[in-house]
Amino acid sequence: MSALVLNNLDISYGETQITHSISLDIAEGESFALVGESGSGKSTVLKAVAGLAPQWTGSITAFGQPRSHGIDQHFAKHCQMVFQDPYGSLHPRKTVDAILSEPLAVHGIGSQNSRVEDILVAVGLDRKFRFRYPHQLSGGQRQRVAIARALMLEPKLLLLDEPTSALDVSVQAEILNLLKRLRREQNLTFLMVTHNLPVVSFLCDRLAVMRHGRIVEIADVAELKRGALKETYSRELMEISVAHTG
Amino acid sequence: MANVHSWLIDDSPASRMQARLGRLYRICGALSRNPLAAVGAIIILVLILTAIFAPLIATHDPLKQDLAQRLLPPGGINWMGTDELGRDIWSRVVYGARITLVIVVLVAVLAAPAGLIIGAVAGYFGGWIDRVLMGITDIFLSMPKLILALALVAALGPGIENAIIAIAITSWPGYARIARAETLTFKNSEFIAAIRLQGASSLRVILGHVLPLCTSSMIVRVTLDMAGIILTAAGLGFIGLGAQPPLPEWGAMIARGRSFILDQWWVATMPGFAIIIVSLGFCFLGDGLRDVLDPKSGEQH
Amino acid sequence: MSTPLLEIDNLRVTFPTPKGPIDVVRGISFTLGRERLGIVGESGSGKSMTGRAILKLIRAPGKVSADTFRFDGIDLNKQSEKAMRSIRGARISMVMQDPKFSLNPVMTVGEQIAEALQTHKRLPRRETQQRVLSMLEAVRIADPERVATLYPHEISGGMGQRVMIAMMLIPEPDLLIADEPTSALDVSVQAQVLDIIDEQVKRKGMGLIFISHDLNLVSSYCDRILVMNTGKIVEECKAGELRNATHPYTRGLIAAIPRLDETRDELPVLDRNAWAAK
Repeated sequence: MSALVLNNLDISYGETQITHSISLDIAEGESFALVGESGSGKSTVLKAVAGLAPQWTGSITAFGQPRSHGIDQHFAKHCQMVFQDPYGSLHPRKTVDAILSEPLAVHGIGSQNSRVEDILVAVGLDRKFRFRYPHQLSGGQRQRVAIARALMLEPKLLLLDEPTSALDVSVQAEILNLLKRLRREQNLTFLMVTHNLPVVSFLCDRLAVMRHGRIVEIADVAELKRGALKETYSRELMEISVAHTG
Repeated sequence: MANVHSWLIDDSPASRMQARLGRLYRICGALSRNPLAAVGAIIILVLILTAIFAPLIATHDPLKQDLAQRLLPPGGINWMGTDELGRDIWSRVVYGARITLVIVVLVAVLAAPAGLIIGAVAGYFGGWIDRVLMGITDIFLSMPKLILALALVAALGPGIENAIIAIAITSWPGYARIARAETLTFKNSEFIAAIRLQGASSLRVILGHVLPLCTSSMIVRVTLDMAGIILTAAGLGFIGLGAQPPLPEWGAMIARGRSFILDQWWVATMPGFAIIIVSLGFCFLGDGLRDVLDPKSGEQH
Repeated sequence: MSTPLLEIDNLRVTFPTPKGPIDVVRGISFTLGRERLGIVGESGSGKSMTGRAILKLIRAPGKVSADTFRFDGIDLNKQSEKAMRSIRGARISMVMQDPKFSLNPVMTVGEQIAEALQTHKRLPRRETQQRVLSMLEAVRIADPERVATLYPHEISGGMGQRVMIAMMLIPEPDLLIADEPTSALDVSVQAQVLDIIDEQVKRKGMGLIFISHDLNLVSSYCDRILVMNTGKIVEECKAGELRNATHPYTRGLIAAIPRLDETRDELPVLDRNAWAAK
């Protein structure tokens, strides 16, 4: 079964149309990347799937069920999101414990204590962090908490919005390893937005290159690794990336 | 003592309780390092203690008249002198602390939460809800506070309860404005988006996640406003629409002393001092709290 | 390179905390000629503090101290705040990370660049205007007359950063400190902006200190690289020889970067405790 199918998705903010007939089919267990520069509409697609950009036409189908435009509790259990900025995505006045317990409380799920302990272990955070406030954590630790929060409801689809672009390279490596391991262990499907092609190469199976709100090319990551992307724009992106990473 | 200290500043608290107490402890520590705020806190503490232990602190019955002893200057028996009915001014000022504290607390309890919720709801939902709620707020804001309070008291009838209601009605719009502004700044932030994505209802988001972020600026603002509330209450008392005689309300006391201000200055001056000191205390404390609680300056690193 | 442009020996930046003073820069020494020096490190390594310390821009209660602290024959240790103000901008300039926060939103681009020049040099109006336009041209802005009349919110991030560079270079400083000048920009724009900095630095024979977290970026735009970790310089090498770095921290950093033709199943992770104690 497909984890996520987007069909002719046109997303708008007010009068401005951001994306033009986006169609994607992501298989269950797959790790899919949307790449492009800022303004390409890649983050907007992610927001529409999450329910944060409700103004769209076309269809979004997750695990065989069409998605409504708003945010609903049922969908929330299947699909969660990890944001780009670990400094802005955690409530500044809540402890790690409160942040992680909240999703369970929202859905009326019991046994919060043991779930919080388990998830901290799963994302590689020591118990001593449980009652700290976000400002007492480093960027990498915060991103671990954000990933843990997304996993509290045991979703099957994880939306990743540039999850490592705000982090140092050594921390990025840790978070990428963590995401890879969690995907294997919990059989997650990833939809990741990024501008970093090497990260795609490490973490993903397929990618879609976006520009000006349209999909330019959908390719296997194997082709990216061989440098065999077909479209001119994709190749440009790749060349900049090669020049950049030496 | 050293143990308690290290338990409180522990970087890795072991329970929710310890995390909260630790935060409180850090705030108190930061406050105590700010001399003006400490002075303010001490003044407010003295006010509260005075109100609680008024019967022990007062030397006379604040209501007992003794016409033989009227208008005595400050001295050994009557520390602040006596008024035109021979009542001990010191004892009346001490009992007046109770009235002042009741006014201040009740206004804060009535006005702050109302303003907080109205502002947060308006800011969070936006659109026509925002326009309607803020329209109402603006109508209230456009009227001078004291005049509005006067009109309300005139309509409701003089008395301390009505004065409190009138002051509360005139002060919530300011809080609603602040709460709305605060809410707007983080309404689109990722941590609010994250909790919405978990399926939380709007009510839950506002009560559990938006309001806690507004409270610190609200505490600061309410503390700073306390001085204004005391002055408004005193003003109402002064023109006879607030606390009614023989209640020892500071504003009313000044009003009575007005007739003797040239010859018996102490009758009006002593309650006047009380008002100034308490108002200053709230201002200092409010300023200090702003430095400590303001998320933009504190707690960043 | 007879007398170096900048000479620093045992530079320390200290901040007091409730638990005692903490050194964020712990005694680093280096010299800089009219060359391009890269300072690389992760967040918390003290690289940005080093940049700010050179301009004495560390806010109280932070403290800067150094045994030798000399810029072009001037002993920076002895300069008053007033004297520093005439050095900042005129002799040493700094480009910060995000143009959105560094540009004044209520002044046009042209006015801001002109002001940067007038603060340090009195010139007739017409000549000022001339220099502003030619500076905008120098940072490859196609129609400088039009751009000079725009407000910061009317221009893109990449153009904003080019305007910042124009502002910093117009007083013709001898040393440019660029602190993560392109981190807020798209990769394709990054290259443009860095090329402009590079071109200007070379043409005017300035010294450049390029502070970044990005090893590859620094190695392709600098002559020499300092790698910083927890307030200390752990490695100093020629940019071309970065691949042969010896310190385990540098090697760890290089290894942790994913590659376009990635075949590793897991990225190697730094063991911070191994050398942080040293």
